[in-house]
Amino acid sequence: MSIVIEHMTKSFDGTAVLRGIDLTIESGELVALLGPSGSGKTTLLKIIAGLEWPNSGGLAVHGADWLHLAAQDRRIGFVFQHYALFPHMNVRDNIAFGLTVRPRAQRPGKAVIAAKVDQLLEFLQIAHLGERYPAQLSGGQRQRVALGRALAIEPTVLLLDEPFGALDAAVRRDLRAWLREVHDETGSTTIFVTHDQEEAFELADRVVVMGEGRIEQIGNADQIHDHPASPFVARFMGATIELPVTLQAGRAEAQGLDASRLPRRALPDGPATLFLRPADVTPLADPAGRWQVAHRTSNGALLRLDLTDGSGQFGIDLPRRAPEAQGLAPGTRVNLRPEAGTIFPGPRAASAPATAPEFPRKEKSL
Amino acid sequence: MSAVAPAQAPTHAPGQSRAVPRLLIGLAFVLTAIFVVAPLVFIFWRAFAEGWAVYLANIADPLVLHAIWLTTLVAVIVVPVNIAFGIAAAWAIARFRFPGRKLLMVLIEIPFSISPIIAGICYLLLYGRQGVLGPWLAAHDLKIMFALPGILLVTMFVTAPFVVREVLPLMQAQGSEQEQAAVTLGARGWQVFSRVTLPNIRWALLYGAVLCTARAVGEFGGVSVVSGSIRGQTNTLPLQIELMFNDLNTTGAFAAASTLTVIALVVLVVKAALESRR
Repeated sequence: MSIVIEHMTKSFDGTAVLRGIDLTIESGELVALLGPSGSGKTTLLKIIAGLEWPNSGGLAVHGADWLHLAAQDRRIGFVFQHYALFPHMNVRDNIAFGLTVRPRAQRPGKAVIAAKVDQLLEFLQIAHLGERYPAQLSGGQRQRVALGRALAIEPTVLLLDEPFGALDAAVRRDLRAWLREVHDETGSTTIFVTHDQEEAFELADRVVVMGEGRIEQIGNADQIHDHPASPFVARFMGATIELPVTLQAGRAEAQGLDASRLPRRALPDGPATLFLRPADVTPLADPAGRWQVAHRTSNGALLRLDLTDGSGQFGIDLPRRAPEAQGLAPGTRVNLRPEAGTIFPGPRAASAPATAPEFPRKEKSL
Repeated sequence: MSAVAPAQAPTHAPGQSRAVPRLLIGLAFVLTAIFVVAPLVFIFWRAFAEGWAVYLANIADPLVLHAIWLTTLVAVIVVPVNIAFGIAAAWAIARFRFPGRKLLMVLIEIPFSISPIIAGICYLLLYGRQGVLGPWLAAHDLKIMFALPGILLVTMFVTAPFVVREVLPLMQAQGSEQEQAAVTLGARGWQVFSRVTLPNIRWALLYGAVLCTARAVGEFGGVSVVSGSIRGQTNTLPLQIELMFNDLNTTGAFAAASTLTVIALVVLVVKAALESRR
């Protein structure tokens, strides 16, 4: 059941939300739409679901034109961020809803529906909660019920909007592994939206990075991490340091910068910007160094050093016990040796850096 | 040795007298008794002043019976219409963004701020014999003023905001995600409404309907203008009570008033029961 999206655009009150999306998702894939808020990822998901309509473009699922199909006829399983369970129905009735609203001719018998619900409750590991009401469930349990309700109609495609956004960190990790199992066992095509890179990379076969209504890059964790396709992706992936450099025979050069660890790039000579993650930089103490340590904070394992060269300030992270971390008190002068980085031609863009975690691996919570 | 024994520990903050709260609570009770309970008791006391037989005879008066019947008829017609209007308006305002949405919200509230008698006069000027539409209505033999249609129109005007006011905030707070979820699960428009929207607003709807009923039954000012107070024809219960009172039939007036009061008390009890369920 492949999903083909072509040249899709959408605007709300004159504000472009999708600016030409082309994306093909293969049958049985688990795909993440990753991006900051306002990138259009949820809008794209809702268009696939039939809850929004695009201004232009095509949406074909297994060859059928879905833009001429009402949401009711698409058979999609949509899991809402806040679950949208029906509060006046118990768990069993919630899960059975999609089956009981079918036209009489297609509606399974009562016994068949009950058996189906039993099977799903078992599969979702909530067999003991069937008679409860949504208000009596925890967040993780509600999430399972919402997924069960969506799976009950045997959807052609499963869509999840920030499926773990409203859960605390521990439950989130459990449910993530569990969702992967559900996907593998049902063999459905699954698309989920998230702003959490860790979640996207851990769970998805492919990650689609979106920014400002466009697809910036499609790939797996390693590809996107090591080879961001655009400054936007580099920033979103945590490269908060942007240094103006000059390219000379494919190598970046700047005062105080030891670029020997960076591979040569086949880029034209001239001004360029080097994008670095705070953890991919080694400070080299040098009395005549370009940067000066302005602040030094520690979280026990990691040191964060705020460096300034008079015109700009940025932070770098390094293990507190590393040899090169010793003696870096505020006021010390250093040069920098990037261990990995990405170079984009052209002078540094004026736009503000995308949201990136202060410390790597920090759990984002809503 | 502890300086203060537990039994002597203060039960309220020092410097705060318990006399003030007690005084305020007492005052609230006394004022409620004087302004609310006493007149209510008085109604029944006067209604039964000349005994059960006279009371029943007063109620069984054909004019009073007709007034009770007319008032019930008005409520039975107006309340369902208002429920339908209230759901439709709340749905439109909560779920859609359209030009004039804010204006609609203001217009719905107007009956709250306008004296009912003004509504009555407006209808009279519009539909009365000398009114704007008067000649046309007369030519087509349609009688709106001094007849049931006029009473219904004014009562609807006065009670229009009750259901919307209860249902709208709830629908706005709940958002449309549940309805969207129902749609993705294959539910058609009517199924979404009857199985998701309606159950979610049912208590607010009932509450609004109860308030609407109380108002429809008790409306006096607006109705008195448009009904013409024709005995045995267009007199609702409140109008009939006033008429009997003016006729110096005090016991009869109080007997009729007691029926209206009983209706109001029943509505109040239903309302309190509904509130405890919410």
